[in-house]
Order: sequence, then structure tokens, then C-alpha cells
Amino acid sequence: MSATTAHPPAATDLRPGAEVVLRALKDQGVDVIFGYPGGAVLPIYDALFQQNHIRHILVRHEQAAVHAAEGYARSTGKVGVVLVTSGPGATNAVTGLVDALMDSIPVVCLTGQVPTHLIGNDAFQEADTTGITRPATKHNYLVKRSEDLAGVMHDAFYVARSGRPGPVVVDLPKDILIKPAPYVEAPKPGTPHKSYRPRMEADRDAVLQAVRMLKRAERPVIYTGGGVINAGPEASRLLREFVRLTGMPCTSTLMGLGAFPHSDRQFLGMLGMHGTVEANLVMHGCDVMLNLGARFDDRVTGRLDAFSPNSKKIHADIDPSSINKNVKVDVALVGDAGLTIAALLEAWKADETPVAAPAQAQWWQQIEEWRAKDCLRYVQQGSIIKPQHAVKRLFEMTKATGRDTFISTEVGQHQMWAAQYFGFDEPNRWMTSGGLGTMGYGLPAAMGVQVAHPDALCIDIAGEASILMNIQEMGTLAQYRLPVKVFILNNEYMGMVRQWQELLHGSRYSESYSEALPDFVRLAEAFHARGLRAKTADELDGVIAEMLAHPGPVIADICVAKDENCFPMIPSGAAHNEMILGPGSEQNARSVTDEGMVLV
Amino acid sequence: MQRSATIAVLVENEAGVLARVIGLFSGRGYNIDSLTVAPVAEDGRLSRITVVTSGTEMVIEQIKAQLDRLVPVHRVSDLTLEGPHLTRELALIKVVAKGDHRVEALRLADAFRARVVDATTESFVFEMTGNAEKLDAFLALMRPLGLAEVSRTGAVAIARGSRALAA
Repeated sequence: MSATTAHPPAATDLRPGAEVVLRALKDQGVDVIFGYPGGAVLPIYDALFQQNHIRHILVRHEQAAVHAAEGYARSTGKVGVVLVTSGPGATNAVTGLVDALMDSIPVVCLTGQVPTHLIGNDAFQEADTTGITRPATKHNYLVKRSEDLAGVMHDAFYVARSGRPGPVVVDLPKDILIKPAPYVEAPKPGTPHKSYRPRMEADRDAVLQAVRMLKRAERPVIYTGGGVINAGPEASRLLREFVRLTGMPCTSTLMGLGAFPHSDRQFLGMLGMHGTVEANLVMHGCDVMLNLGARFDDRVTGRLDAFSPNSKKIHADIDPSSINKNVKVDVALVGDAGLTIAALLEAWKADETPVAAPAQAQWWQQIEEWRAKDCLRYVQQGSIIKPQHAVKRLFEMTKATGRDTFISTEVGQHQMWAAQYFGFDEPNRWMTSGGLGTMGYGLPAAMGVQVAHPDALCIDIAGEASILMNIQEMGTLAQYRLPVKVFILNNEYMGMVRQWQELLHGSRYSESYSEALPDFVRLAEAFHARGLRAKTADELDGVIAEMLAHPGPVIADICVAKDENCFPMIPSGAAHNEMILGPGSEQNARSVTDEGMVLV
Repeated sequence: MQRSATIAVLVENEAGVLARVIGLFSGRGYNIDSLTVAPVAEDGRLSRITVVTSGTEMVIEQIKAQLDRLVPVHRVSDLTLEGPHLTRELALIKVVAKGDHRVEALRLADAFRARVVDATTESFVFEMTGNAEKLDAFLALMRPLGLAEVSRTGAVAIARGSRALAA
């Protein structure tokens, strides 16, 4: 920014601000933006109309624009871009921004603003967007001077994608979009930023210390998270190499699924509140834990004072504030997950200490015993469709198509069943709202994925309550012929709310019944999509097959068991070794403590 | 174990940077015992924030890491941890008193090296510089003598010796 003021460009280089914005987007490699027009951003929409480099996807609600950009970003590794107007356009985007912040998704959101001379006057469609979004973003900017415009645009992209990625807002007053502004090129890659220079490579000594601990481990575990996905496909490749080389068991958070293949014997499944028995007991019983790009979230740790009580912990994270935030660790590796795994690999190969093979063999024997409990077992009998069975069949049948498949979810029981029963063998194929838990995320996210991958199979595994939170995006699917499949596990309840009410609130189902639902088949048809329904188990495969074969968007309304609960479950305030395994399991009798009741 | 920490933060002097720092403290439930800010670089490009906070060691480590990851933050320095440092605060103190109380206030002000910067027949304004404890002690003495109003800057601090905090 200061560079532009130091070297004022010739007057001939000046272009209207809106054109400068679009040129910056183009130079940042942006090929698509998700947005919704309004008064304050009309100059950008006018400039968009007159160019062919950037495609605009018109959403039906600004929240959906951000989720679509998240889906786009998460499935491509690129920065997702959003364009909304001032006031309500910006405030509607806030939920999406916080979602991206919690899940570390790179998004640049351009918001219109009233002209600079009206800021603070309560003008029409004015909101204090930078004030409102300050805690909702990684960083935000209000451009008050035309000479800062291009520099801020480039800076926004740098901040969104560097270090721990996140959402960035650029608030653009209308006069800045109209007035002539100079263009400056983006800084060359590698140019040090004036103040934000995240550490990429972990401390060498810490890496060696970590490897020494891992080599001597008798009961090790590798626990990976979204950071490995964010570090790019190479990080996932290195993770596979490292896990196989070391022979250690590997588990993953919700956000990290796909970094290590679910079908590998060394993979224990997801850990945490609805994780597998083997994953959680391995975490509880390990003696050395290597956390790669996860943040010891409360859904993962359960009761903190009982979390993995006897282990040495190694934590690799690009964000130093994640270190020792929830769990005190013994070795911190601050840096990019991919570079950190590469360094660990190299150090592992160089360290000639033999691993504690007999102890590890015993550890694996123990793990296989836990795995033999088959904690995700369910029985599909009779005509009522079990939701687990629906996801399992969806997984098997999509796999059989051989098509590249991307899954998004809404939030609730269906999300956990999707995580448990849909196996991911590749990174970037799984989009879910992990940190914020945003109902209404899945449909727009799938839309963004489909825009980025027009030929891929994009499925939103949904619940009947969540899907209604952004159902208007069916219109966007129709407009752009995006063949997203919406697979609703319809149990006529906000299922996770109902489950908690059953387990913790004496089965008093306060306001959790989905009363007066629409007819999803006719709803699909009203939005120019195909509507399908499976009411009985013998209809399920046929509906899935028809959904997968249909070339356009589909809503498949799968009527599932209404009272099914999601297990295993670590109840609030409990530890990893205090899981509820299912109906009738002895842990069910254990009442949740008062401390547990206050937790969400 | 709670401890107090005096943290110096060198930031880009741009709109909203103070709101970011304060929002971080309120949003994450950290304490602010005092906070001061002013531009410090010749060209006005950098500001220095001095924040006095308290918490467990884990919380203070978090505060520093959270501050450091704010985009416009250049440097974060825990002066309490990093060695000997000087802390100063300035206060303007109004005492309204007559008779013996007035004489006693003036006598104590002299003992504490507070300067009289305004006087009427029934009031004084004292200017006083020192660390927070000295100011607190003086204010405690003034209270029964007619302490009417106080304005304090909050602490500013700097490390002793040649070590300097720069961007």
C-alpha cells in the first residue's frame, strides 16, 4: 500500500475502481465468484458484465455465497471469492465468514459499502461491516483511498491463503469503485509481507526430538486434522508415506477425513465424540501422540483432565496459538503440515534407533481387539430404512460408479453418519462444517464444489431440518445446471437435538419435531429438479441408482427410522474410555454429571 | 498460578488495529488491567501498545500467541518475562480540601514528588509519575483528605539495557 503512494503512477494508468478490483481478481487467478448484487456494488457488476475472464454465480442468499466459496476452496485448494452488497448483503454473509474462520478455509469476501462521505451517517443499507466482521474474519479492510485499492486486494489474497488460512473481508465504498484508481501488480511470490509472516518450517531440533520420542514409543498414535488437507495433496501423500513407514495407527478428526485413506488397515476411523471405539481407546491409552494439523478441539478431547492421561504429546500446527491452548504438549512443531511431515520423514530415516517392535506388535494386537467390537455395526432388518444403511449403500453405490465423488453435509446426526459410513480415500473430497456447526452449509457448499468440478459427482448428505436453511439454492442449481444430488436422511426430527433430549433431558422432545415438512419430491420439481423418495428398505437402492444416473440436480428424500441415535458417543464431560456404544450398553446407565450438562 | 504480565505490542498504525487488540481480549475473556497506545515511529507508521494483563502462564502464552497472529502486529514482547524493565504511569489527581487537610495533602504530595499543576483556594491538581503501586499508595492517602477526581494513563513500559523492540 505504501509502495503505491511512494510512486504515484501516471494519470493514464488510472481506471475506475471497479475495474481495478476485477483486474486484481484476475491477476490472483480467480476464475469464478459467488455473489448477489445490490446498490453499493453496482459498479463491480457493471464491470463484470463487460469482461469474460471471471464467471459470476448468482446465489439466492449471501450466506450461501460464502458456503459455496468454502466448498470451492476446500475442494480445489484455491481461495474462494464472494461479492455481496453493503448492509444486509454483508450481515447475511457473516455466518459463512465465521464458518470459514472456524474451519480455516481461505475466502476473500468483497462487500459493498456506502460512499466514504456517508459512512457513519446511518445511510440506506449502511452497516459497520468492518466492525461487525472483525471477530468473524482472519482480517478485514475498509478501502478509503483509491491509491490503496489494488494493494489491499492483493494483500487480502495473501492473508487469506497464507499461514492458517481464513476468511478476509474487503469493504469497498461505492465512490472508491467509481473513482479512477491506479493499478499495482501483486507483490512477487516470496516478497516478505510488512507484518504477517507465518512460520512455515518447524524448528529442526524439535523435529529431531519428536522423532526420538516416536522411535521409542511402545503405544504410538498419529492423529491428523484439517491442517493436513489445507497443506495440499502433497501433504496427504507424505502423511501416507510416513504412516506406512512407521507402522503406526492413524486416526483423523472430522475435518481431516480423506488425508489418510479410510480403507487402509492402519486407519482407525474418526475419533472424538462420535468416533470409533478403537480410535478413542488408542488416544486414551497411547504413550506417544503425534498430532498433525489438528487443534485438540473439545469434540475430540472430551473431558480435558482425563484426555490421553499417560502420553507424551507432539503437536504440529501452523498456528502458534493452537499450541498449548487446550492441551499442554511436550513438543511443538510450528509450521506447514506438509513441510513438517517431510522433515519428520527425513529425520525418521536418518535416525537409526530401531523401533520398539515387540511392544508395537502388542499394541496392534490390542487395537485389533478393540476393532473387533465393530462399534459401527447396525442391523438393517424389516422395511424401515436405517440411516446408517442409507449412507452405507450410498457409499457403496457411488464407489461402484468409479466417478470422482465429493460429499458435503449439513449439521447433525446425518453429518456424523456420513463421517462414519462414507469412506474417503482422497483429500479435498469431504466438505463439512466442523467448527461452527452451521446447518444450511451443505447445499451451497456442494454447489461451490460442483462449479469447480463440473464433471464430478457432488452429493449433499442432508437432514430434513438443515436442508431447509438454504433450500433456496435449488434455484441456483437450476440456473447453472449444476447436477448436485441432495440426499436427505429424513427422520422428521432435528435428530441430534432429539438425541440429546433423549439422553440428557428425560426424552422431553421440546421443539425438535420437524412439523409441517414440505413434500420434498414436489419441492424438487418446483425448482426444476428431479424429486425421488424411498420409504422402505427395498426402495433404497433403486432411488440411489436413479439419483446417480440422473444428469441434473436431484433431491432424494430417504425416509429413515425416526428414533435412531448416533453411536458411539462420548457424552458431555466424559472421557474417551467412557463411550456409550449403543442402546443397552452398560455405559448408558451412567448419568451425565452436572459439569457435563453445561457443555454443548 | 496467576501472574501479571506487561506486554509491549508493536503494531501497524492503521484504522481498527486497537479495536482488534481490545476485541481479542474481550472476545476470549482475557483481563486488561491497563492499556495504552500511541504512535512511536517517526513517520507515524507504527504504534506501540502496552497492555498489562494477568492470568495463568498458559493463558498469558495464549494472549501473546493470539496477539502475534493478528495481521497488523509486528512484534509482541513479554517485558515481565524477558528481564528487567521500567514501568511508568502518569496520573492527574484533583483534591478538594480546606484547612488542615489542604496542608496535609500538599505535604504528602511533596513527599511523593507529585507536582502541583493547578491550584485554587480550595483545590489542587497534582501530577504524578511512577509505577502503579506508588500511584495507588498516594491515592489511598489522598482519599480521606478530599480526593475528588483521578485521571490515569495506564502503564507504559520499556526493557532496561540496550535491547530494543523494533519492527
